[in-house]
Amino acid sequence: MATKTEDYLGITDYKVIGTRPIRHDGVDKVVGRAKYGADIDMAGMLHGAVVRSPHAHARIESIDTSKAEALAGVKAVITVEDLPLQEDKIEDLGEGAANLRHLRANVLADGKVLYHGHAVAAVAATDIHTAQEAVDLIDVEYEVLQPVLTVQEAMEEDAPLLLEDQTTQSLGEDTGQKSNVCTHFRHELGDVEKGFAEAELVIEREFDTATVHQGYIEPQNATALWAADDQITVWCSTQGAFTVREQTAQILDVPVSQVKVVPMEIGGGFGGKIRIYLEPLAAILSRQTGRPVKMVMSRTEVLQATGPTAGSYIKCKMGIDKAGKIIAAYAYMAYESGGFPGSWAAPGAMCIFAPYNIPNVLIDGYEVLVNKPQTMAYRAPGATNAAFASETIIDEICEQLDVDPLEFRLNNSAREGTRRADGPVYPRIGNEECVKTALSSEHYATQLSGKNRGRGIASGFWFNVGLKSSAAASVNSDGTVSLVEGSTDIGGTRTSIAMQLAEVLGIRAEDVKPQVADTDSIGDTDVTGGSRTTFATGWAAYQCALDIKEQLIKRAAKLWEISADDVVFDDGTFSSSDSSKTISFKDLAGMLDEIGGPVMGRATVNPSGVGGAFAVMIVDIEVDTETGKVEILRVSMIQDAGKAVYPSYVEGQMQGGVAQGIGWALNEEYAYNGDGLLANASLLDYRMPTCLDLPMIETHIVEVPNPGHPYGVRGVGEVPIVPPAAAVANAIYDAVGVRMTNLPMSPAEVLKALWAKNGGTGTA
Amino acid sequence: MPGKVHVTTTINGESVEFLCEPRQTILEVLRDQLDLTGTKEGCSNGNCGACSILVNGEVIDSCLMMGVEAEGQEITTIEGVASADGLHPLQQKFLEHAALQCGICTPGFIVAAKALLDQESDPSEERIRLYLAGNLCRCTGYDKIVRAVQDAASEMAE
Repeated sequence: MATKTEDYLGITDYKVIGTRPIRHDGVDKVVGRAKYGADIDMAGMLHGAVVRSPHAHARIESIDTSKAEALAGVKAVITVEDLPLQEDKIEDLGEGAANLRHLRANVLADGKVLYHGHAVAAVAATDIHTAQEAVDLIDVEYEVLQPVLTVQEAMEEDAPLLLEDQTTQSLGEDTGQKSNVCTHFRHELGDVEKGFAEAELVIEREFDTATVHQGYIEPQNATALWAADDQITVWCSTQGAFTVREQTAQILDVPVSQVKVVPMEIGGGFGGKIRIYLEPLAAILSRQTGRPVKMVMSRTEVLQATGPTAGSYIKCKMGIDKAGKIIAAYAYMAYESGGFPGSWAAPGAMCIFAPYNIPNVLIDGYEVLVNKPQTMAYRAPGATNAAFASETIIDEICEQLDVDPLEFRLNNSAREGTRRADGPVYPRIGNEECVKTALSSEHYATQLSGKNRGRGIASGFWFNVGLKSSAAASVNSDGTVSLVEGSTDIGGTRTSIAMQLAEVLGIRAEDVKPQVADTDSIGDTDVTGGSRTTFATGWAAYQCALDIKEQLIKRAAKLWEISADDVVFDDGTFSSSDSSKTISFKDLAGMLDEIGGPVMGRATVNPSGVGGAFAVMIVDIEVDTETGKVEILRVSMIQDAGKAVYPSYVEGQMQGGVAQGIGWALNEEYAYNGDGLLANASLLDYRMPTCLDLPMIETHIVEVPNPGHPYGVRGVGEVPIVPPAAAVANAIYDAVGVRMTNLPMSPAEVLKALWAKNGGTGTA
Repeated sequence: MPGKVHVTTTINGESVEFLCEPRQTILEVLRDQLDLTGTKEGCSNGNCGACSILVNGEVIDSCLMMGVEAEGQEITTIEGVASADGLHPLQQKFLEHAALQCGICTPGFIVAAKALLDQESDPSEERIRLYLAGNLCRCTGYDKIVRAVQDAASEMAE
C-alpha cells in the first residue's frame, strides 16, 4: 500500500523523460511483422479445441469421447481426469488470486459446470477443422441444475449452491456457513451512525451494474511443447509470463523450472490475460502426442469463458453537514465472483469514497458466486462500479445544495494526511490539482447549450500497485544499451521503461534496445497490471542504469589511473573532478574491452512507494428522447500521472480508459437468458464503442510527483476508466432530469426512465 | 470433405497459387498457409475488422471471404502496404501520433485507412470515423488513430 517514502529526486530538467520518441516496437507493429500468440507455427504442430458446457449450471453425468477419438486426424482427447489433483492452495496472480483446486476446475470442469461455456474436454487434431469436428462428437450427459445469475438471488438463504463445500469467510473468520457468499469484509472509520445523525442532508440510492468484458481484440491463445526431456515450453499472449509459468507448473504438478513461458506480443489484456485457461490443456495434449499443440479461442469462447469483470449491486448512502462537508458515508457492495471465489469488491471498497475527506465511514463488501465465468480484473477492477454509485450520489447532493460539483469536490477533497476508510493515510496526492485543473479548463468554462443536452462531472481513484520487477542491461560498444526486462508491453512500456534508463546514462531513448524476455532469460517480474509497469519496471531500469554508471565510473578511473572517487558523471559525460579529463558515455563504451571487458547492469525491485492516482472527467452529452440513445458530444479527462514519462502513451491510456468507460456506461453488458445462457457472445451483440460513437478525447495531464518514485511516477493505466460511467449518468440527469442507477444506460433503460418520469408519454 | 481447390490470385503485387479446402477462409489461407500473419483474427464473423484486407482496392473482412473466392482477384494485405522505399505515410503517422497501443488492430486500421485515402484525398473527420467504424480498437479510444489518418491525408496531398 501507499507507504510514504522519499525516493523522489526532484529533477526539473529532464532530457528524455517527458519526450515523445517513436516506440521501439512500433515499426514491427505497423507493418504486420510483430508476432502475437496466434501467429506461432511449428513443424508438426497440432491444433486444439475445447468442448464447452451448453448449460449454466449442471452436474456432469458422463463424458463419452470414443466417437471423437475414432475420427481420422484426432490425436488426443483429455478431460479433467488428465489434470493432476490439486489441494486447496491460494496462488497469488499479481492482480487477484486463485485457489489451485478452483483454477484446475476452471481449466476443465470437475464434476460440475458452473457457467455457459465452462470447459469440459479438449482435443488435439491435425488441423483446426478436424479438432472442431471432434468437439462436436464428444457426448456429455448433464443433469441440469437451476442457475443463479444475480448476487441478490445468490445471497438468498435457499439459493442453489454453486460449490457445495463453499463457506462464508466473514471478517477474516470461517463462519462454517455453506453459502454462495465467499467473503464478507468491512472497513470502518469513525462512527458512521453518529455521522449520519449529525447530517443535514442524507441521500441513499441503490445501483446495479451489469457484467462486462475487457474486450481485448486478440483472443486468448496458447501453444505448448512438452518435449521428450519433460521440458515444457509455452508460447502465449499474457500480461505476465511469470504468473503463467507459476500457474501452469502448479496445475501440471511440475517444478516451475520445468516450464518456460515465452511471452508473445499481446493484443490487449486490461486485466483479462492473467489467469490461465488454455496453457495446461495445450501442454497435456502435447505430452500425449509428442507434438506442439496450438490453441486459440474463438470470440464466442472469449466472451463465454474468460474472465469478464464483476457485475454488482451497491447500496450507497452519504450524509452532509451544515457546512457542506461530507460527514458520513456507507456502502454495501456485493460483487459477482462468477463460478469460483475471488472478486473485486475489495479494490472497489478502497476506491468508493477515496477522493473525499470523510470522518465517518462504514463499508461492507461481499463477494458472491453466480453462474457466470470466473470474474477477472478489468482496468481498476471494482472501482468503476463503486464510483458509479458514490459519484452519482455526490452529484445529487450538489444539485440539492445548489453548489458547483467541482467546488464541492474541492471543498471535500482528500489530501495529504487524509485517512482512507480502508486504512492508509495519503502521502502527497494530486486530487485537488485535478479538480482545480478541471475548474480552470476551457471545457468547463464553455457553456453547454441546446435541448436535451447536459454536462456531467465525476472523480475517480485507483491506488496503483508496485510488485516485483527485474531488468538487466548490457552496454554495447557503440554506446547503446541493450535492455532486457520481464514486463509484457501492451501499450508502449518498452519505451517508457527504456526512457528511465536513458535518462540516467545521458543517452537517447533510441539508444536503448529494450526487449521483453522469456521466463528463463530475466528475473521474476509480476504482471503488466495494476498500473505498475512504468512505475516498477521503470524503476528496475533506473536501478540498472545506476549500476552501469557505478561500473563505468570505475572503468573511467582505471583508464585515467585515478581514484573512482575522483570521477564524476553528468549528462552523459565522465570527467575527472579537476576537469582535466573527460570522456563521453559512448567513447567509454567503445573502450570497455581494453579496460576490463563488458559491463552489465542488473536490478530487481519490489517498491513500496506506490502513489495513488486521481482523475476527473467532464462530459457533455445529448439524449435522443425518441430513442433513448445518448450521444457523447465532448469529453475531457484530467488525471494525475505523477510524472508523465512518455506523454503520448499517457494520453493514450487516458483516452482508452475513457472509451472503455463510455462503452461500459452506455452499451456493454452480458445478456443472459432465463436459463443462464449468454445471449450476446459476439462483437456484434456485445457492443463496444466504434470510432463513430466517440468524439476526440481531450486530455489534461496533471503532474504531482509521487514521493515514492525517483521520477515521481504514479500509475496511469487504470484510473481513467473509473469516472466515465458516473460522469455520463450525471450528464444524463443534467440533460433530461432522470437519475440512472443501472449500468449500462442503454437506450431502452434511458427511455424507461424518461417514461417513468413523464408518466409514459415518452417525451422529455 | 471434398478435395482441395487450386487457386491463382495476386497478393501484394505478386502472382500466388495455393491449394485450399472449400471451407477455408482467405484469412486462414493467408495466415496459416502463406505465412502472412500480419492480418489478424479477432472475431471471425466480420465485426472487429482486425482481418481487413483489400480486394481489388475495396476493404473487406477476410474472415468473411472464402479462400476459393480469391481466384483472379488482386489482394493487398498489411505486408504489402510498405514498400522498399520505406513505410507508407499512414504507417509513419501511426507511429508519430502514437496511434497504436497493443497493435493487434493496427494492421486492419492501416489497410482500411489506405482504402479510404486511395479513394479520397481530403476526408473529413466524420468521414474518417464513418469509414473506420468497421474496425474496433479497444486501447486508444480512436482519437490518435483519427488524427494519424488526417495527418497522413494532408501529407499525401502535398
